[in-house]
Amino acid sequence: MHAIRSVAVNVFKESVRDRVPYNLVLFAVLLISSSYLLGQLTAGQDVKIVKDLGLSATAVFGLFIAVFIGIGLVSKEVERRSIYPLLAKPVSRPQFIAGKYAGLVLTLAVNVAVMTIALYVVLGYMSWMEPAAVRASWDAPGPDPRLLKAIALIFLELMLVTAIALFFSTFSGPLLSAALTLGLYIVGQFNADLKNFDRVVNSKTAIWLARGAYHVLPDLSAFDVKTQVVHGLPVSSGYMLATTGYAAVYIAALLLGAVAIFSRRDFK
Amino acid sequence: MPPVIRIDELTKDYKVGFWRSRPYRALDRLSLEIAEGEVFGFLGPNGAGKTTTLKLLMQLIFPTRGGAEILGRPLGDVQARQRIGFLPENPSFYDYLTAEELLNYFGQLFGYAPAERGRRVAALLDRVGIGAERRLQLRKFSKGMIQRVGIAQALLNDPEVIFLDEPMSGLDPLGRRDVRNLILELRDQGRTVFFSSHILADAEALCSRVAVVANGRLAAAGRLSEILAFQVRGWDLVMDTIRPDVLERVRPVVRRATEISAGRYSLEVPLEQPPDRLLAELVAEGATLVSLTPIRDTLEDFFVRRVAEAGAGARAEEAARARD
Ligand SMILES: Nc1ncnc2c1ncn2[C@@H]1O[C@H](COP(=O)(O)OP(=O)(O)O)[C@@H](O)[C@H]1O
Ligand SMILES: [Mg+2]
Repeated sequence: MHAIRSVAVNVFKESVRDRVPYNLVLFAVLLISSSYLLGQLTAGQDVKIVKDLGLSATAVFGLFIAVFIGIGLVSKEVERRSIYPLLAKPVSRPQFIAGKYAGLVLTLAVNVAVMTIALYVVLGYMSWMEPAAVRASWDAPGPDPRLLKAIALIFLELMLVTAIALFFSTFSGPLLSAALTLGLYIVGQFNADLKNFDRVVNSKTAIWLARGAYHVLPDLSAFDVKTQVVHGLPVSSGYMLATTGYAAVYIAALLLGAVAIFSRRDFK
Repeated sequence: MPPVIRIDELTKDYKVGFWRSRPYRALDRLSLEIAEGEVFGFLGPNGAGKTTTLKLLMQLIFPTRGGAEILGRPLGDVQARQRIGFLPENPSFYDYLTAEELLNYFGQLFGYAPAERGRRVAALLDRVGIGAERRLQLRKFSKGMIQRVGIAQALLNDPEVIFLDEPMSGLDPLGRRDVRNLILELRDQGRTVFFSSHILADAEALCSRVAVVANGRLAAAGRLSEILAFQVRGWDLVMDTIRPDVLERVRPVVRRATEISAGRYSLEVPLEQPPDRLLAELVAEGATLVSLTPIRDTLEDFFVRRVAEAGAGARAEEAARARD
């Protein structure tokens, strides 16, 4: 266990030294300046836009961290051969993979937490500035606690994307891993459409293929509840639970795959 | 006493070629046993298969055939690594860490408590001579300094067996001397050291036994003294103030006479002819002795000949296979 933790902490340390936290500053600046601008344009009518923007930015910034650190997690160690002395220590290859994954999830957690706080601060300030009459016209309160549900699902999605990036990086270089991960991310956004493919075509094999693809490829649209949350619509606990379960199973499968490939690999 | 390292028919084929990949045998049925407390030199020219062997022993790559045991445990035993140290060839670490942080990280992997770690790390950094740079990020380290960090991390767990792949490479003469002394220290502490090198002087200064590999095959193994001893080829007699007529007289009994400076000659005396008589004769003619040294193959000569033989052997085999 201490081995996994040590590897994870080192991933976190590397991300800090690689100036990943700077993206948080960028996030805050973007959020604050855009809400200020929107406030000027719409006279404070639309707190929804700020919420939507804040959640989207959290997802996008997180995606960049997950992909660009994730693809290098393993391949960089192999490329610069820092893995040689490491694996000669009492660390098994599965522990190495687990540690790398945990480290990036930790990095993401810290980043998402800071972005969440920034979003709430901006929303709190906006609702404090507005007269009660304007606030009453909003679908949901400014610093709405229900936003946390959307953020939780964004975080789950990031965990899933991290697992995808890590999986690819166990057997391919950073460029190919990035392409594959981003490709899968984009496919994942539209995957839900495959489920309803039979409404569009009526070839049996095409439908069968689409069904198969739907089950194999990740369905990332499930993690997007921004619209509901921003409009103050409910997201049920059942939905949260089912989506969490889906992510857990998918991540576990990816990590097992990564371990299986990585454990057999020769380091040239 | 069972051997500390037992290598048994270890074989590795690499896949080469992109489209039609075919196996390339980098190591061919290597068998070796190394006893406790030995400083074992694993010698061979570049491309001989030394690094391949060490990577196999560290499970960085997997054997095509054969196997090995270290400290009585099969390869891949993660717990056995608690007692093993490894310095990779041209090591490379995390350039965003300082030397101290790197060793601390590795110390965590060994499961040491913070106090224990701090003690070991500080002592080791001093021991390898980079105590003053402990807070410097590794990206600012020279190649020689990185090599020293590499040695430090290989000794972090006070290992019983230490594998060093080309430990002297990238070091200046001072660094080489330091590493040599370090290996001798380890020997005096009863550690087993297995190191690879293509530099023969290193082995001559350090090893109790050596193995020579060439083209992936074991070419020779044994005590250095045994391998060199049977190769004394004659004597090099250097004498001063030899008169020209005396030189002409002794010329038939020497293999070669080389003038070093006026009147001073280096005379190569064949092995069959002990140099005492010649020496006495020359002294009687007024010449003075400068030095008398046995001529023997350096490991280098040995190397070159063995490599040539191994190459010829492989070619002969290939030709035989082609005929079949
Ligand atoms: N990853 C690899 N793929 C293909 N061939 C390799 C690989 N690594 C080493 N070789 C070849 O195997 C042989 C032995 O290499 P190596 O063990 O590195 O030699 P040494 O360490 O003795 O210099 C060389 O001919 C080398 O070109
Ligand atoms: Mg080598």
